[in-house]
Amino acid sequence: MDFEAFIFFFLATILVVASLRVITARNPVHAVLYLILAFFTAAGVWLLLEAEFLALVLVMVYIGAVMVLFLFVVMMLDLDLDQVRQGFWRYMPLGALIGFIIVLEMGAIFTHRIFQESAVVPMPGESNTRMLGAILSTDFAYPFELAAVLLLVAIVAAVALTYRGGRTHSGSRAINPAEQVRVQAADRLRIVKMPVTREESEGVEGEEAGTEGEQTGETKAC
Amino acid sequence: MEETIAQFGTQWFGAAWPSLWLVIWTLVKIVAIVAPLLLAVAYLTYFERKVIGFMQVRMGPNRVGPLGLLQPIADGLKLLFKEIIFPSWADKKVFVIAPMLAFAPALAVWAVVPFNDALVLANIDASLLYILAISSMSVYGVVLAGWSSNSKYAFLGAMRAAAQIVSYEIAMGFALIVVLMISGSLNLTDIVHAQQKGWFADRGLAFLSWNWLPLLPLFVVYFVSGVAETNRAPFDVAEGESEIVAGFHVDYSGMAFAVFFLAEYTEMILVAVLTSLLFLGGWSAPFGGLPDSAWWLVGKTCFMLFFFLWFRATFPRYRYDHIMRLGWKVFIPLTVVWIFVVGIWMLSPWNIWK
Repeated sequence: MDFEAFIFFFLATILVVASLRVITARNPVHAVLYLILAFFTAAGVWLLLEAEFLALVLVMVYIGAVMVLFLFVVMMLDLDLDQVRQGFWRYMPLGALIGFIIVLEMGAIFTHRIFQESAVVPMPGESNTRMLGAILSTDFAYPFELAAVLLLVAIVAAVALTYRGGRTHSGSRAINPAEQVRVQAADRLRIVKMPVTREESEGVEGEEAGTEGEQTGETKAC
Repeated sequence: MEETIAQFGTQWFGAAWPSLWLVIWTLVKIVAIVAPLLLAVAYLTYFERKVIGFMQVRMGPNRVGPLGLLQPIADGLKLLFKEIIFPSWADKKVFVIAPMLAFAPALAVWAVVPFNDALVLANIDASLLYILAISSMSVYGVVLAGWSSNSKYAFLGAMRAAAQIVSYEIAMGFALIVVLMISGSLNLTDIVHAQQKGWFADRGLAFLSWNWLPLLPLFVVYFVSGVAETNRAPFDVAEGESEIVAGFHVDYSGMAFAVFFLAEYTEMILVAVLTSLLFLGGWSAPFGGLPDSAWWLVGKTCFMLFFFLWFRATFPRYRYDHIMRLGWKVFIPLTVVWIFVVGIWMLSPWNIWK
């Protein structure tokens, strides 16, 4: 067994175990962590196939962005595990059937001659990142741009779903930092000029002190 | 020397020796990178305390050893001997793994960082992509630490960190796209080589040919995003002491805390090195006639690290919504516009990067 085969089996073992744990782990956060591990080892296997661009993009997009948000959501869920597990045996036959069909389909594809013939051929010379880039911006420019537009539609849809009228809608607490930065003392502080008044009557000193206090209080509060 | 080792190895291990030797030799190289790196991290903390001390008209550490030079060692030993306390109802496994997940990517990225023309552990074609991919994983350490601590403060810190790091990664990625557009390569060595030629470089003023001048806005965006990515002040809301005690690592003690600390400083050095490689010409000398050397890279890295400390001593902490506004509404549109500006520039007759 040469070195490459050793690395492959090492990664493959981790990949299979991690994938199994994704569906068997009791705690959903642990399941997500195993899924991340599975993605990471899958990227390692792709590296062995000399598909370094795909491997790195898998790590960057799925582990670096998608799974972070996934984890973000799962961590904030307050899951009742018993409730999730209810009806496991009732849905089992249907699930098993679907799983079986998927296994059959994959088996049919993998035994097809296309997969028999295509042994991995290392790319000559150029790095495959450069070649992928060249192909994407020449032969497949339109499909590539269509995919980009599709993603843009998804972004717009997400914004549209959460948009509630922006800064102008009632109850919005949005603040404008530019206004905050430009604020002057005059906007926050109103200095009130009041004539000095003195009660002529046999006023109690306490009352006088009280009105004075109110005046200063007002200037400060404004 | 090498032949003797090879002979000896084949004698003992037979045919498996070449691959075994590859593993051993790579491990030796890894140690040769990581050991000085950790030493640099230790003395970066000393440097930080001294710099901030002088900026605030204090002395900084000056008790342990001459000029306080043994302070980082003393701090390390103290943390090493402290007990690691597990909060009640903490998820223990994740609690232990989280600091490792923060530290491992910070170290793994160094595999592709070139120190000069030949001195690099793995000179792969897509090294910039590798750096983006691996450094995007560093967020997990913070997020999982916050979740597994079973504490509200830690959890809030983790949430803030996750949103912040994901947001600034986009601006950072866009800034890097422009750099690779004008260099025509994803390889860091090639990117540095691309900066070594140009109109100014031919006239002995090499430092004006580096990417920082034509890409000045992106240089600023990249470095500021780097500060935000590493959760450093003024973007350190993930640990904002005034609001959420110490954020994601509030429940960590001893060595587990120290590992987070190491991860943060390793990433700081990494951002500084990458800024030097991508925008400041890497190991090339600033003036014609001077020899190119890895020491230039070290000097530029120290210069960029000084900015980190300077920022920390100067700016008050950003409010959280201001951080998000800066990332999404200022940096991302700015970088997208600059991709077009540089793209049109490259197609025009005034293209300077041929």
